[in-house]
Amino acid sequence: MLRSNLVNIAVIVLLVAYAVSGEMFDAPYNITLATKVAILGMAGAGLNLALGYCGLISFGHAAFFGLGGYVAGILAVHAFNHQPIFLGWSGTNQMIAIWVFALLATGLLALLIGLLSLRTSGVYFIMITLAFAQMLYYFAISWPSYGGEDGLSTYLRNGFPGLNTMDGMSFFMVCLAWLVFVLWLSSRIINSRFGLAMQAVRENPVRLAGLGVSPFRVKLTVFVLSGMITGIAGALYTDLNRFVSPSVLSWHMSGEIMILVIIGGVATLSGPVAGAMLFIFLEQWLGGLTEFWQFWLGLMLLLVVLFARGGIIGTLNRWRAS
Amino acid sequence: MTEPVLEARALNKRFGAVVASDQVSLVLHSGEIHALIGPNGAGKSTLLKQLAGETASDSGEVFLSGQSLQGLDAVHRAKAGIARSFQISSIIPALTCEQNVLLSFEARERRIFRFFRPALGNLSSLEAASDYLLRVGLAGREGVIAAELSHGERRRLELAMVLALKPAVFLLDEPMAGLGPEGTGEIRSLLQDLRKEAPMLLVEHDMDAVFALADRISVLVYGKVIASGTPNEIKSNSAVQEAYLGDDI
Amino acid sequence: MSVSLFAEQLLNGLQFGIMLFLMSAGLTLVFGVMGLINLAHGSFYMVGAFACAAMASALGSFWLGLAASLATAAIAGVLVETIIVRRLYHRDHLDQVLATFALILVFSEGTRWLFGSFPIFLNIPDILSGTIDLPFGIAYSKYRLFIIAVGILIAGGLYFLIAKTRLGVQIRAGEADREMISALGVNIARLNTIVFGLGAALAGFAGAMVGAIQSVEVGMGEPILILAFVVIVIGGIGSIKGAFLASILVGLGDTLGRLFLPGFFGFFLEPSSATSVGSALASMLIYLLMAVVLFFRPGGLFGKAA
Repeated sequence: MLRSNLVNIAVIVLLVAYAVSGEMFDAPYNITLATKVAILGMAGAGLNLALGYCGLISFGHAAFFGLGGYVAGILAVHAFNHQPIFLGWSGTNQMIAIWVFALLATGLLALLIGLLSLRTSGVYFIMITLAFAQMLYYFAISWPSYGGEDGLSTYLRNGFPGLNTMDGMSFFMVCLAWLVFVLWLSSRIINSRFGLAMQAVRENPVRLAGLGVSPFRVKLTVFVLSGMITGIAGALYTDLNRFVSPSVLSWHMSGEIMILVIIGGVATLSGPVAGAMLFIFLEQWLGGLTEFWQFWLGLMLLLVVLFARGGIIGTLNRWRAS
Repeated sequence: MTEPVLEARALNKRFGAVVASDQVSLVLHSGEIHALIGPNGAGKSTLLKQLAGETASDSGEVFLSGQSLQGLDAVHRAKAGIARSFQISSIIPALTCEQNVLLSFEARERRIFRFFRPALGNLSSLEAASDYLLRVGLAGREGVIAAELSHGERRRLELAMVLALKPAVFLLDEPMAGLGPEGTGEIRSLLQDLRKEAPMLLVEHDMDAVFALADRISVLVYGKVIASGTPNEIKSNSAVQEAYLGDDI
Repeated sequence: MSVSLFAEQLLNGLQFGIMLFLMSAGLTLVFGVMGLINLAHGSFYMVGAFACAAMASALGSFWLGLAASLATAAIAGVLVETIIVRRLYHRDHLDQVLATFALILVFSEGTRWLFGSFPIFLNIPDILSGTIDLPFGIAYSKYRLFIIAVGILIAGGLYFLIAKTRLGVQIRAGEADREMISALGVNIARLNTIVFGLGAALAGFAGAMVGAIQSVEVGMGEPILILAFVVIVIGGIGSIKGAFLASILVGLGDTLGRLFLPGFFGFFLEPSSATSVGSALASMLIYLLMAVVLFFRPGGLFGKAA
C-alpha cells in the first residue's frame, strides 16, 4: 500500500512541478502540456475503473469523452450567441453548470450503451463498444447544426467563480483539482465493499452470482461511473482547446485513452497519469524529431506489449519491491 | 412429516441428444446430508447447476422451503438461501482470504453497493470474517492473497465463503476432489460441522466419506435417479451394484 | 424516384456488401481459428491498394496491379503473422487490441513515409470503363459489375475451399476445437500462417478493387475495418456464412438508408432538416441494426452464444 502511494504522489508532484516550471520560466506551452496530461490522465483513470479493475475492455470510451466535449461546446456556443437551445434557455458558460450537464449526459449514454453491450462479453463487448462510439462519431460528422466535420469553436474558455480561466495556470489548477479528486474517488471505490465486487466480476463472475450479487448490476454501475469520469475529462478538453470536433469521438481517441492506461499500468491508481505523461512526452519529443513519430510510437507500443507487461507503474512497483 | 428444505420435482435437461437430467426428483430435509453419487457423466454437476439456477431446466420445478424458485436465476437463488461450492474451487484469486470471506459476508448482509467506506473498515465484519476463517482452519491466513493458497486451502476458503452466506441449503460439488487422505479427513470433519448450519446436498466420489457422512444417498445414472435411500439400503440395492458400485468397490 | 436509380443503388449496395465480405472473411476466420482480434486487418486493405497503385503506374497494367495487391498483402500478412501476431494467440484480448492497434500506426505512418499524404488515383482499365446496358433500361458501371462478379466468384471459391478441401477441414476443426487439431497431427503453426495470409490477401485484393473507384490513401482501411467488425458481430464471430449474409445486409442497408431516409423524413420535416436528420440517421443505421441483432441474439446471427 505505502509503496504504491509513494509512486502515486510522485507522479502528481512531477506533473505540478512541470506546470510550475512553465509559469516560472514564462513557457505557457508547458502549462498547456501539463493541463493536457491532467485531462487525458483523468480520462484514462475513468477507463481504468472499467478496464483495469473490472475487466471491461471498452474500446468506445471516446463516446463519453466526446459527448462531454460536445456538451461543453454546445452549451458555450449557445451562451455566446444568446441563441436558445430549449424553452428559451440559451446554454451556459459556467463550468460548474456545464459539468453537471456533462455528467448527466454521459451517465445516461453510458447507461444506454451499458444496458445493451454488457449483455455480451469478450470480443463482442470490445467490438460493440467500438461500434457505439463510431455511431456517435458519424452522427457528429453528418449533423450540420454544430459544425459537422469542421467542429465547433467556443471562442472563450468557460468561467469559474473567482478564477480567470483564460490564465493557463488557473485552468491547470482546475484540471488538477479534478484529477486529484478522481484519483481519490477511485481509490475509495477500489478499496470499498463495491471494489471487492468489481474485482470479483473481473476474476470470477460466476462466484459473485453464487454469492447473490448480480455481476451485471456491478458492471453497469462501474461502466456508468467510468463513462461519467471520462465525460468530465472531455468537457475540460473542450475548454482547454476552446474547440471541439468529431475527432474526440473517433476510434483513435478510444485507442489513445486505452494506450495511456496500458502503458501506464492497468489497475494501478496513477498508471493512466503516468501513461499520459509518457504519451505527451513522446508526442512532443518524437514529433520534434520526425514527422512520422507515430511510426516509432507504434513500434515502441509493440515492444511494450510483447516484452514489458504491467506498464510503467507496474514495473516501478515491481522494481521497488525487489 | 415436515416440509423438506429443498425439493426438486421432475427436473429435465437435454443438451442436444444427450439427456443430462431425466425426471429427477429429490428431497433434502432439515439437518440432513443427502449425497448424490453416480459414475462420471451421470449428470450430477448439471443437476447442481439446475438447482442453483445456473442452467435453466427444460421442465420441472425446484422448491426451497415450499417456495417455488421457478424463473429465478443464480443470483436470486443465492439470495433466497442456496449456497454452492464448485468442483474447481471458486474463489477470487486477486483478493486476500479475508477479502474473499468479507465479500461473501457483505453480500449476505446486502451491503455490496457501498462505495466509499473501506471494506476493511468495519470491525464487526472483520471479526466475522476471522471467525469463518478460523472455523475452516485458515486462522492467521487473513492477509494471504488467495492465488497463493495451496489446493487444500482453496477448498477450505471456498467453504468459508459459502458458510458466511448463512444459507438455507448447501450444494457442495466434490469438496474433497484432488485432496490427499489427510485433507479428505479434515474436510470430512468440517462437513460434519457445517451440517449444524444447514442441510447439505453433497456430490462426492469418495465413497468412504459418502457412507460415513450421508443420511440419505441418491444414485444418478445417465441423468436418472435409479435408487434413493439410507446408506445401508443403497449398499444392498442390486440395481446400484450392477450399475455403479460393482465397478468401484 | 425512378426504377433505374433504385436498381443502380441496389447494385451499389450489393457491390459494397461484397467488398465488405472480402474484408470480413479474413477477420472472422482469424478470430474463429486463432481467437485473435486483429485491428490491423484494415492495414492489409490499404497495403493492397497501394501495391496495386504502385505496380499499375510502374508497369501500366491494372491487371498486374491487382496481382501485385494479392501477392503483397499475402506476403505482408505472412510476415506480420510469423514475426508478431503468433506471439499474441495466447495473450488476452487487451494485449491483442493494443498490439494490433500499434501495428496500424506502423503500417499507416510507414505508408505515409513511402507514398506521402496525398491520395493516389487508380485508373480503371479501358475495357471496364463506362456503363453497360442491363435489362429494364438500366445503365450500370461495368467496373462495379465486374467487382460484384469477381467478389461472388471469390466467395464461391472460399466456400469450396472450406467445405471441400483438406485445408478447409483443418480450418473447421480449428474453429470447433483447437486442441483437437493438434491431436489430429495438423501443423497448427503452418495452418495459422496460411489462414492469416489468406485473410490478408483477400483484404488487400478488396482494397485494390475499391481503390480504383475511390482513392488510394493512408487510413483508407479504417472505416471499412470498423464496418467489417459490425459485419462479423452481426453474422456471428467465426462464421463465414454469417459474414457473407451480414455483409450483404450491411452493404444494402447502408446504401439504401442513405438513399431513402432523407426522403422519408421529408414527409414530416422541412426539407433542410429532413436532409440533415435523414443523413445523420442513415450513417447510424447499420450500428442500430447491430444493436437490434445483439439485443435478440447476443452471439450474432450464426454465432455460438457469446
